Amino acid sequence: MKKHTLAVTVENRPGVLTRVTTMFRRRGYNIESLAVGATENPAISRITIEVTGDDRIIEQVTKQLYKLIEVIKINDLTDARSVDRELVLIKVKADNSVRAEIVQIVDIFRARIVDIGRDSLIIEVTGDSRKIEAIEDSLRAFGIIEMVRTGKIAMIRGGK
Amino acid sequence: MKLKGAEILLQCLQKEGVDTVFGYPGGAVLPIYDALYKSEIRHILSRHEQGAAHAADGYARATGRVGVCIATSGPGATNLVTGIATAYMDSIPLVCFTGQVGTSLIGRDAFQEADITGITLPITKHNYLVEKTEDLARIVKEAFYIARTNRPGPVVVDLPKDVMEKEIDFEYPEEAINIRGYRVVKGYNSNQVITAVDYIQKARRPVIYAGGGVISSNAAEELRELAEKRKIPVTTTLMGMGGFLGNSYLSLGMLGMHGTRYANYAIGECDLLIAVGVRFDDRVTGKIDTFAPHARVIHIDIDAAEIGKNVEVEVPIVGQVKEVLAAINQRLEAIESEELNEWHETIHRWKEEYPLRYGDSSEGRIMPQHVIEEVYSLTQGEAIICTEVGQNQMWAAQYYHYKHPRSFLSSGGLGTMGYGFPAAIGAKIACPDLPVVDIAGDGSIQMNIQELGTAVQYRLPIIICILNNHFLGMVRQWQGLFYGGRYSYTDMSHQPDFVKIAEAYGAIGRRIKEASQVREALEEALKVKDRPVVLDFWVEREADVYPMVPPGGSLMNMLGGD
Repeated sequence: MKKHTLAVTVENRPGVLTRVTTMFRRRGYNIESLAVGATENPAISRITIEVTGDDRIIEQVTKQLYKLIEVIKINDLTDARSVDRELVLIKVKADNSVRAEIVQIVDIFRARIVDIGRDSLIIEVTGDSRKIEAIEDSLRAFGIIEMVRTGKIAMIRGGK
Repeated sequence: MKLKGAEILLQCLQKEGVDTVFGYPGGAVLPIYDALYKSEIRHILSRHEQGAAHAADGYARATGRVGVCIATSGPGATNLVTGIATAYMDSIPLVCFTGQVGTSLIGRDAFQEADITGITLPITKHNYLVEKTEDLARIVKEAFYIARTNRPGPVVVDLPKDVMEKEIDFEYPEEAINIRGYRVVKGYNSNQVITAVDYIQKARRPVIYAGGGVISSNAAEELRELAEKRKIPVTTTLMGMGGFLGNSYLSLGMLGMHGTRYANYAIGECDLLIAVGVRFDDRVTGKIDTFAPHARVIHIDIDAAEIGKNVEVEVPIVGQVKEVLAAINQRLEAIESEELNEWHETIHRWKEEYPLRYGDSSEGRIMPQHVIEEVYSLTQGEAIICTEVGQNQMWAAQYYHYKHPRSFLSSGGLGTMGYGFPAAIGAKIACPDLPVVDIAGDGSIQMNIQELGTAVQYRLPIIICILNNHFLGMVRQWQGLFYGGRYSYTDMSHQPDFVKIAEAYGAIGRRIKEASQVREALEEALKVKDRPVVLDFWVEREADVYPMVPPGGSLMNMLGGD
């Protein structure tokens, strides 16, 4: 069992996302993360899906996705040379005694502070999953009040 | 030319070659029915929308053409759902038009509003909500194209009332269909075909396992050639009945849960399994790990997603069954006469030892299997047999020898009780010159018995054989075998007088209680040309369907019939 990242190119029409997620639900596959957005072509959207499974499951997921009329193309970016990013917002407890220490962590991870409250900070991080997990671990000791994370988006490197 | 949406719809149907539609009017489809009033398209009025959907399905199965049905919004559309799901599970090409409330009312819980595209999402090949009259012709064209190409299936087109009313300048879009995400499968991997040929020529104990794909691909002739060229025994699934000559010496009959012992044993012993247009359904394979344990598997199917879904295969070939079989046949050398003698002797021994058989009635009643045998004896495979679901369906599969593709219409995947009779209506309208017989149970027939009204109105001489055991027989059988004989709510003794019901509708009704009268009753029924005949056969109450693979068991361990 392995986590796969599938980049699914679809027609930009109402209901397409429902068709995709309905297929996952009906066939019993679990979506770990999902990101949907526009592409350079306004008629086409891109759904990036993370799904865990062995080769056979991923093959079935891919074939079943291809059967949806509005799915145009599927790329499995898992083993491909690709860039992937997630974005996370973390609200962390931060009174004066620890603020400096937190700012240092933010610098090390090249994250950003986007809001300052009396006893808290909101930190924005972009990066791959490993980086995001690492900063989350570093901040946990201060007390994470709230955290929200986007799905992963990914792209193959080079001219392809 | 200025045309209303509804008129455009009918023009598009004619362009698709549609001459018959099945439907039921209602508020949201008033514009369509108004256009139908002056149209050449023949509309068959069902008595329930489910009946219209199954009739369109029966029409499609009997002809290979796309079946069309129409229902109004809300309850009209939801009443189609069972029919759509039935067609989806069996890969039957249907286009279902549903009325919808006006576009300005959608999403406001208007009167008779139902989100039918949402509801049918997982049971259609694709569906559309037409938002603009300008899109209508393209969408109808795409709907038919999607329904009938590749692996066929039902497509729903939801039509808001104002889209049907609106008048626009119309010209039929002659340009070819171009759907980016949908390509018709062409050709096949010829290396795989070469490997398949090699495997077939080396096999010592080959078996062909043929399914509905042979029928939907019109590949019965290619299948026959393959089987005869290499003298390969053929077993068919329920959906494959008629895809191979039932009384050929190479026929093993049906396999699976209620298949013949010799078909299942052949699967258990074969060294090569040639799976053609099938999906390795659980009712066929039993316990999947013990299915064809000694065999290499060649799997030919139009749907890539079916390959490797339930079993691993050595030679996957994605393509039109007809085309792939033709390619294999072309490369295949005819067999030396004695090459497979040992295998044929083994199968012959199984056939001698374990023929399909049934006992005499303990209560002097008619044996249900006997009714099917008489139907066969009188029609010799030159008829369309429809079935309901349950024991009647299994006996109809076991005891009738199908000769032609599209002569056995049955809800295989979904197992829809109430399917057979409306499907028979569709089949009879498609094939008026063939006898059409619905093999029913006393439970199933009551699920769509209102369609007697339709069959009488259109003077359709369909013969309905109710194998009346006053039980929901198949469920009772399982209660007997696996639930300690506790017949929980399966006794159907409280039933109407089917003869009187038939007569009330203007059909012919007859009750038969003696085995000696079965043949004569069928003979008389076959003579009727202008109305349906309901034959109420009172059969042995607790006859069971045998042999049987208990659910989840291995095909090698069958109950009964030994």
